[in-house]
Amino acid sequence: MSWIEKTAAELADALAAGETTSVELTQAHLDRIGAVDGDVHAFLHVDTEGALAQAQASDERRTAGAAKHALDGVPIAVKDVLTTTGLPTTCGSKILEGWIPPYDATVVARLKAAGLPILGKTNMDEFAMGSSTEHSAYGPTRNPWDLDRIPGGSGGGSAAAVAAFEAPLALGTDTGGSIRQPGAVTGTVGVKPTYGSVSRYGLVALANSLDQVGPVTRTVLDSALLHELIGGHDPLDSTSTTTPVTGLVEAARQGATGDLSGLKVGVIKELAGDGWQAGVMQRFQESVDLLTKLGADVVEVSAPNFVHAMAAYYLILPAEASSNLAKFDAMRYGLRVTPDGDPSAEDVMKATRDAGFGDEVKRRIILGTYALSSGYYDAYYGQAQKIRTLIIEDFNRAYADVDVLVSPTAPTTAFKLGEKLDDPIAMYLNDLATIPANLAGVPGISVPAGLAPEDGLPVGFQILAPILEDARVYRVGAALESALVQQWGGPLVAPEVRK
Amino acid sequence: MTDTLVPFEDVLKDFDPALGLEVHVELNTATKMFCGCPNEFGAEPNSQVCPTCLGLPGAMPVVNGKAVESAIRIGLALNCTIAEWCRFARKNYFYPDMPKNFQTSQYDEPIAFDGYLDVEVEGETFRIEIERAHMEEDTGKTTHIGGATGRIHGADHSLVDYNRAGIPLIEIVTKPITGTGAKAPLVARAYVAALRELILALGVSDARMEQGSMRCDVNLSLAPKPSSGEPGETKLGTRTETKNVNSLRSVERAVRFEMSRHAGVLLSGAKILQETRHFHEDTGTTSAGREKSDAEDYRYFPEPDLVPIAPAREWVEELRGTLPEPPSERRARLQGEWGFSDLEMRDAAAAGALSLIEETVAAGAAPQAARKWWLSELARRANDTGVELTDVGVTPAQVAEVQKLVEAGTVNDKLARQVFEGLYAGEGSPAEIVAARGLAVVSDEGALSAAVDNAIAANPDVADKIRDGKVAAAGALIGAVMKEMRGQADAGRVRELILEKLA
Repeated sequence: MSWIEKTAAELADALAAGETTSVELTQAHLDRIGAVDGDVHAFLHVDTEGALAQAQASDERRTAGAAKHALDGVPIAVKDVLTTTGLPTTCGSKILEGWIPPYDATVVARLKAAGLPILGKTNMDEFAMGSSTEHSAYGPTRNPWDLDRIPGGSGGGSAAAVAAFEAPLALGTDTGGSIRQPGAVTGTVGVKPTYGSVSRYGLVALANSLDQVGPVTRTVLDSALLHELIGGHDPLDSTSTTTPVTGLVEAARQGATGDLSGLKVGVIKELAGDGWQAGVMQRFQESVDLLTKLGADVVEVSAPNFVHAMAAYYLILPAEASSNLAKFDAMRYGLRVTPDGDPSAEDVMKATRDAGFGDEVKRRIILGTYALSSGYYDAYYGQAQKIRTLIIEDFNRAYADVDVLVSPTAPTTAFKLGEKLDDPIAMYLNDLATIPANLAGVPGISVPAGLAPEDGLPVGFQILAPILEDARVYRVGAALESALVQQWGGPLVAPEVRK
Repeated sequence: MTDTLVPFEDVLKDFDPALGLEVHVELNTATKMFCGCPNEFGAEPNSQVCPTCLGLPGAMPVVNGKAVESAIRIGLALNCTIAEWCRFARKNYFYPDMPKNFQTSQYDEPIAFDGYLDVEVEGETFRIEIERAHMEEDTGKTTHIGGATGRIHGADHSLVDYNRAGIPLIEIVTKPITGTGAKAPLVARAYVAALRELILALGVSDARMEQGSMRCDVNLSLAPKPSSGEPGETKLGTRTETKNVNSLRSVERAVRFEMSRHAGVLLSGAKILQETRHFHEDTGTTSAGREKSDAEDYRYFPEPDLVPIAPAREWVEELRGTLPEPPSERRARLQGEWGFSDLEMRDAAAAGALSLIEETVAAGAAPQAARKWWLSELARRANDTGVELTDVGVTPAQVAEVQKLVEAGTVNDKLARQVFEGLYAGEGSPAEIVAARGLAVVSDEGALSAAVDNAIAANPDVADKIRDGKVAAAGALIGAVMKEMRGQADAGRVRELILEKLA
């Protein structure tokens, strides 16, 4: 087995044992990117030189016995919505083409401090608006399971990079499912941590009250390792919690032993039914049965207000986004389009925004501006915040009876490129099951639950836990993962890149 | 377009004015409102900036705790209720000097609200009700280059300095101030003066109006006087908002001008346009800015990158304990200590000289002497140069030193004025100026005696009158002696010598 097929934990062990070097691992992944990314298009920028220099430095540290972290030397890919000193950060938008940030996002700074070489920046829907990565201004990413299909979104680049063995680890961001839904449709693991437990400083905000940075990996244990590395308080982010982010790796290891006795699992009644693909529901139910077999006590719970989550989300998100995106005005950085004649500053702003933003971004700016307008605020933004409170109450009621809640991560498997591009509502519905966690700030994971019988494409299993109980999703996720992999006789591997 | 102005005295025949004052105070915290950049005036443009105050993608704000403390102290000093829980909000609008194209401010949840400040005008006390005091960040500063007016229209290009972006501001907004009649301009001025005094006493800002660290927007409207016998409240008229009025004197003049202008417009049968106005220091007039409707839509919503502020009650009470003496109590105490008459006290307060006199007295001068210098020589200088008394270029300690020289007989009052000239010119300490300019009074009895003899010889008629007991006539001879001595004589000693010689 080549280095690229190993998990991050295995690579860390191999580095520690002196069986390989970071330069060798990093080069192997760069070679892989060179071989497959022409098809997959997971990356917007590949930093060959920088990654190898970081790998070289890591190897020198390790030789000197001064490795900084278990993952020191294990390469990683970073979603292009996180700022990186000296590396372009476009957020998948033309309006930021060529912008090189003068500062690192806190999570990026933590990766660098721990010695992880950064392979490059991954593709995404423009400003993280989308569920297919088709809204990237730089062209879509393709699903390594079927290159004619979408890899999910907005973090399709990170998920595809990991699924295609271009990177063992990646960072994503999840505002309404942008880590978990791509994880589901690419057969990878994605975690949205508790809101505030991972710094957002340097994450170019989509919707500040919903955004969260999280790990994208092929195994639950790898996510736990990365999550502990990036998590924890950041004085630069006022919304960051002071609770230490620990015990996740331990929970994943404990879960992998396969014992879930004493655990109460709630199946969310509202996240099933019409519009849910049969094969998705079948694999989901099999996984639920597996949890029972592992000793969990499974009950059905109702979260009646989840049916309103989508509506509330599509008011809160555009409202915050419309304000966040106002800063892109051609005055200080990024694209500047100067119309002919004697244009005013306002003319330049208009022309730049017209040329620099894609249709989906414009759609949401208009929606959000409208929702915040005087006279409409109470009816839209105000009502949405009330629904948000009701959804939090639904969660609280449910967690009074159960330890974790479960559902399929996405209603369907990966759809074809272009299939939903002209139907925003159909596109939005992909995030039906993932949005409630963002509205309530609770942590969630998506783990592969097998392939849907009708199309042979990956299905994701979502596990949600109460705020700051991220360890539970790792315990349950790892238990399910180890039982399933045992059943399958090995992890799921995307066929299109097995060439 | 020229405005038809109604003489100020005539405005009151038909109309009642209503004032509304919005004062922005830049806090003197060490760092900016939401980042660690230094809060300093006058640095190289765009040298005090970071990702947060430049609004770079991904950057986030963190609230400056010291700014919250200052805001609470201002609120308490204005007798406001301090919010138990409040939030920041985004005020969304586009402008090149706004790095994020929204200003992080407070909207319906200000840190302080429902207070008052009492001000005195010509012996009458007016209670100015405070609607709110809220925290926000300043914007960058735009300089328009080219074009005649320095305004954006006609400019070739504009330069933006983001050093000011993110500097903490407190905006203090009054409720509509009615019932001031002809005193409206004076009440407006007295309120801003009292507020400034309070801010300085709190030590939260240097409150320099000419540098913009304290800025005043003056809202004014006129309502027709209710016809006699008709009870009930008068509805407020349409207001104009005169922006950035940058001295106490200008506040008074802006109100006065707008009252005359509004009356002219209204009496002609036209309507007042709700708009912002620019004030022109040189002419004392205002001109139209941009139209401003009440429905201007800033799409406020709570700032999601900041957590709510819930000041602990114990902390608020602790801060209450740090408040300076309330201005009215302070004035009463100082008047007692200084022995000033009511009129002297009122003049000193109106000139914004109380703290200056207090510091001058602390530096060793007698209260009346301190008052005399600040309200005559230095007030004249301030008026001539168009600055506040605090910025006249002379410190209380220097005034006390000059007064010591006067009391020691080293200089007389007339020479003291020349010492002040030297101080304005930055020629060193008062003693150095006396030495360098050769201003000391001549105490050489021989020279003085000779000058007196010369004066008597040159004015035999006057000398006879004095010999006949008309002592008051000595003034003419004193004048002659002083002229010969080029002012450098002690007039008292000259008088003594004259009377001795003509006894």
